Amino acid sequence: MAWETIDRNVPAYDAEAPAVLTEALQEKIRAFFPRYDTKRAALLPALHIVQNTLGQVSWQAMREVADLLEIKPSDVFDVLSFYTHFWTNPQGQKVVTVCRSITCELLGGREVLEAVKKELGIDEHHTTPDGTFSIAVEECLAGCDHAPCLLINEKLHKCVKPEDVPKLLADADNTTLDMPRSTLYDGPGGVGSGGVGSGGVGSGGVGSGGGDSDGGDSDGGGSDDAGDAIGKTSDVAEMEESK
Amino acid sequence: MADYEPVLLKHEGVENIRSLEVYRANGGYQSLAKALKTTPDEVIDEVKRANLRGRGGAGFPAGVKWTFLPKDRKRTLLCVNADESEPPTFSNRYLMEADPHMVLEGTILASFATQAQTAYVYMRIEFHEPFHIMQRAIDEAYAAGLLGKNILKSGYDLDVYIHRGAGAYVCGEETGLIESIEGKRGWPRIKPPFPAVEGLFGQPTVVNNVETVANIPHILERGADWFKSIGTDSSSGPKLFCVCGPVNKPGCYEGPMTISCEELVMSDAYGGGMRRGVPLKAVFPGGISMGVLKSDELQMKMDFDDPRNFGLLGLGTAAAVVVNAESDMRDVLRNVSRFYSHESCGQCTQCREGTSWLYKIASRIAMGAGRIEDIDLLEEVSGNMGMMPGFSICGLPDGATFPIRGIVQKFRAELEEGIRNQPSGRADALLNVLN
Ligand SMILES: Cc1cc2nc3c(=O)[nH]c(=O)nc-3n(C[C@H](O)[C@H](O)[C@H](O)COP(=O)(O)O)c2cc1C
Ligand code: SF4
Ligand code: FES
Repeated sequence: MAWETIDRNVPAYDAEAPAVLTEALQEKIRAFFPRYDTKRAALLPALHIVQNTLGQVSWQAMREVADLLEIKPSDVFDVLSFYTHFWTNPQGQKVVTVCRSITCELLGGREVLEAVKKELGIDEHHTTPDGTFSIAVEECLAGCDHAPCLLINEKLHKCVKPEDVPKLLADADNTTLDMPRSTLYDGPGGVGSGGVGSGGVGSGGVGSGGGDSDGGDSDGGGSDDAGDAIGKTSDVAEMEESK
Repeated sequence: MADYEPVLLKHEGVENIRSLEVYRANGGYQSLAKALKTTPDEVIDEVKRANLRGRGGAGFPAGVKWTFLPKDRKRTLLCVNADESEPPTFSNRYLMEADPHMVLEGTILASFATQAQTAYVYMRIEFHEPFHIMQRAIDEAYAAGLLGKNILKSGYDLDVYIHRGAGAYVCGEETGLIESIEGKRGWPRIKPPFPAVEGLFGQPTVVNNVETVANIPHILERGADWFKSIGTDSSSGPKLFCVCGPVNKPGCYEGPMTISCEELVMSDAYGGGMRRGVPLKAVFPGGISMGVLKSDELQMKMDFDDPRNFGLLGLGTAAAVVVNAESDMRDVLRNVSRFYSHESCGQCTQCREGTSWLYKIASRIAMGAGRIEDIDLLEEVSGNMGMMPGFSICGLPDGATFPIRGIVQKFRAELEEGIRNQPSGRADALLNVLN
């Protein structure tokens, strides 16, 4: 869990900000109310919807979500700051989330993270100046049979090698989930594009035969043979982080 | 295990099995139809007789858990735990992607048995494919009258919703999960009251793991006796195992709980042995939280009991990560300890402070600035936290201390050697950072 909300370098206070939750967005959030005994229980769905659409959960958005759910802005911030997934400052259109847990690290995950940082020229939890990419790190993504792996928005990339990273990041389709998808949550990446549903790919209704994603294979395609050992990069920076 | 007949993964290779139509054509939802003609108590009895133990880590018998619900309750809520965040576990994901309707049929059956009319599948946010696949299965089931009002004209009503998390390991703990659904921080609750009495929204609540519920259709189809014929008395039924790290065939496999860790890692039916033939050094066989085995302890059975004979906490998630001779246990120690210091929710002092100190000490050692007495310090700190000494709200710190104590005790010589051989001068340079 996070005591830090991601990217704290920019002050996020925006008391003068205009309203951000459009009627359509509010409607999308309200649609979750009937699922639960309390409106508050729709908080995580609401925060996901806001972040997917607006690329962040700003202070203004927190205030409006609080109104909608009939709780206090401090309740919203309290919850938001607990979970690593939420950004109070704008995230890039593509968030590259690199796994740093044990299997990925054993199979070269650190080198992959270094390659991503080098290619994008930014550090963990930062965003490129043009707003295209952000880097995040996460614990085990449950893709360990294909370690090392990383997510770009919704798409899991498997058995990533450091030398593949430039090509992977340049690929225009690197966030596209090639499968029928639900429209309950839009995919992330709606930054700047505004409006509801901008990130989604259309739902493909009930019964049109799924089963086309390659998610479940166990072909054992582990990464290459080079260097199974954990790299020895003794970084003082990381120590600072743990302080 | 050439003669093992897969159960949970029996549809592997069946084209389009994710669609309701194909699942039904392969016998799907027949257990549900059958169960709806009986009573919830009959379902509970069969599951109890099968001794289906929870697959989420603790191994508590599902049928027994269900009987803790108060008899005079007005409502019941069911939560299916799809938070799966324990490194290196991916069997829930695998199952939901491979056979979503099997998981859903199990969910409906568990709901029927407990008389829940609302079920939440709590799924970690990083699960995007599984979310869309499961949501699609749910949509199909609604359209076919398998969910909603009057399921298969039985008079039983059930709604199933997926609730997506937001990146917190501790939300896999059942009361942290409940708080998270309520729209709060995932702070585990002090027990009692147990969820069965007072859980989600204050209602009697059952939390079951994805793999646990996926077993139920098979128990009802083939009977408790068949289920008990697989594995052993105390560890019965089919089990999913994960194996990963530098092995030839990392993946999710199914087998009986009679296999050994060695078979899981080395045999061609499972992990397929060490990649490039590099010798094995260590295995974390139950998710990292259960602890670690040395290369001469691989005869351990992957069942609910034997892990304790090797100083482990339990079977856990039965997910094995292998460490080979090329890796340094100091780095493994640091990685593992970082996980818990990052994931401790911070409510309990011993857990919050303990996990972060363990990480700091482990980091110092990994960076080449360790001291021999740090090893004792790791042991001392890890001995003072967790539910075992009785000081914490949830089990996270036990999961933190078992691997750390395991590494310290079983790989002490290697750690000491690393410390003795570290380049001089680093310690002084790093002390500024640490103090
Ligand atoms: C820190 C912590 C994390 C947990 N994470 C998970 C998890 O991701 N998935 C899971 O099924 N159980 C997890 N559990 C266990 C649950 O608390 C609970 O025992 C389980 O979901 C019950 O289901 P079962 O009886 O079917 O195994 C976790 C427990 C702890 C203490
Ligand atoms: S033991 Fe740790 S993770 Fe569990 S409630 Fe306490 S602080 Fe949180
Ligand atoms: S350790 Fe990286 S996905 Fe599990």
